[in-house]
Amino acid sequence: METLFQNVVNALQWGSFYALIALGYTLVYGVLQLINFAHGDIFMVGAYIAFFVASFFLGDAVPFDLSRTAVLALTIPLTMILTSCVGVLLERIAYKPLRRKGAHRLYVVITALMCGLILENGNLALLGASRRSLPELIDKTVYTLGGIAVTNLKLWVIFTAVLVFVILQFVVMRTKIGMAMRAVSWDKFALPLMGIPLDTVILFTFILGSGIAGLGGMLFAMSYPVLDPYMGAMVGWKAFIAAVVGGIGDIRGAFIGGFLLAFIEIMVAAFLPSTFRDLFAFTILLAILWWRPTGLFGVPHTTKI
Amino acid sequence: MLLSVENLYAGYGNVEAIHGITFHVNKGEIVTLIGANGAGKSTTLKAIMRLQPPEAPRLIKGDIKLNGNSIVDVKPHMVVNRLRMALVPEGRHIFGNLSVMENLVIATWNRRKDPHVHRDMGRIFELFPRLAERRTQRADTLSGGEQQMLAVGRALMTNCEILLLDEPSMGLAPLLMHEMFRTLSELNKQGLTIVVVEQNAHLALKTAHRGYVLDTGQVVAEGPSEKLATDPEVRKAYLGG
Repeated sequence: METLFQNVVNALQWGSFYALIALGYTLVYGVLQLINFAHGDIFMVGAYIAFFVASFFLGDAVPFDLSRTAVLALTIPLTMILTSCVGVLLERIAYKPLRRKGAHRLYVVITALMCGLILENGNLALLGASRRSLPELIDKTVYTLGGIAVTNLKLWVIFTAVLVFVILQFVVMRTKIGMAMRAVSWDKFALPLMGIPLDTVILFTFILGSGIAGLGGMLFAMSYPVLDPYMGAMVGWKAFIAAVVGGIGDIRGAFIGGFLLAFIEIMVAAFLPSTFRDLFAFTILLAILWWRPTGLFGVPHTTKI
Repeated sequence: MLLSVENLYAGYGNVEAIHGITFHVNKGEIVTLIGANGAGKSTTLKAIMRLQPPEAPRLIKGDIKLNGNSIVDVKPHMVVNRLRMALVPEGRHIFGNLSVMENLVIATWNRRKDPHVHRDMGRIFELFPRLAERRTQRADTLSGGEQQMLAVGRALMTNCEILLLDEPSMGLAPLLMHEMFRTLSELNKQGLTIVVVEQNAHLALKTAHRGYVLDTGQVVAEGPSEKLATDPEVRKAYLGG
């Protein structure tokens, strides 16, 4: 029983990472029908940015001593902002020119794949293969409750993912820019006719998605403080699958999908040899898609003529 | 002269769709562009709105002037916000995943400080009571006629001075068709300038002050509606004899 609850806590933590990445996939897909395969690597870039920002504030370049809490408070927004900039840069350099020329979606997806590889290998070339680790920014406290051990960091990760989801849901459902994002996902053509610049909506989407991935990368690096250029690849793929199973384009779907994947993975690993984990996890996901091809929250798009 | 289109050439990719169209619209008028399918009516409206490829045509030559100023380099959302020209596109293009209310609100993007938004919303609901009844419904659950009303209402919410409509009668039952054109007349009496593209030439000429007949990307006839409606050539080619 205790191991079960322990596993639940772990699944919630991993689900949080998947959900934070999946949200970015689903946002960009919703607005552009683009599978931004570079998104997992944006997560990796976020982890590195967090590393550099935190190291900078803890290092000698800053003339005064900052407490670690202050460094954490500075690192979170800076990581999110800088990672957003990388996402926006990607959109401006790689995706926008293709969109302008009316390129088929397939080419844009391939471009996204290439951008991901460029980010991975650019990192490798620039920083070398040496693994870096994020300095500890919070003191680890372990709470034990009836035999279940939970670190404060784990609780923060889960809390942050839920908070991000709630804020995002509010932005998309209750604000005008969110309304525009939903509108674009249905009909791109009509948006400028409402007096809304399409590029602004796309930009905002990339800022949101990349910022959240950056935050996810930072939390991941805080939980597993070893960074390497390929850390975003596998997690990114899995998060993408989570978004699809949830129903890509739907925020609730991405969030639930992330947790669902984590639960399946951890529960399979709990009862079967760990080499079975991915095989079983993805088979179950395949079965879900077989049952609901549009994902748990996805609905096929129909228009009346 | 509110809108003038001068010697306009436009097309998709390498294919030229309209070849030197010239027409003008005075303030307070209803002007109709009629003609067969593929005559270039929709292309002309999209080009005037400055919508960009790939969905809209590329401008090859010619000029479009609003109040005497060229708008060729103006972005489409600025045509709506600054120049106060709106388009009800062919096929309606309402946002089916948004509620009826949201479809109207989204058109007020640029009217944050405008105190009249609420009053205008009330007017739309007066004009189309069906929309008021269904304001919380998802727009894709509306009937075709209701969707057309929503498309018109949404365009009006941008606070336009000149409204372009592309085939507003398409897919509507005859009764609704007539109702739609009556509404356009009504809006015109309240001061709105209207340009309407229509395949149903009879109906369009009955409502409009003046008309232009388009054929394969060119203007082949023009004049006051009554004159066009009685012109033997026009009757033979476009009004079924």
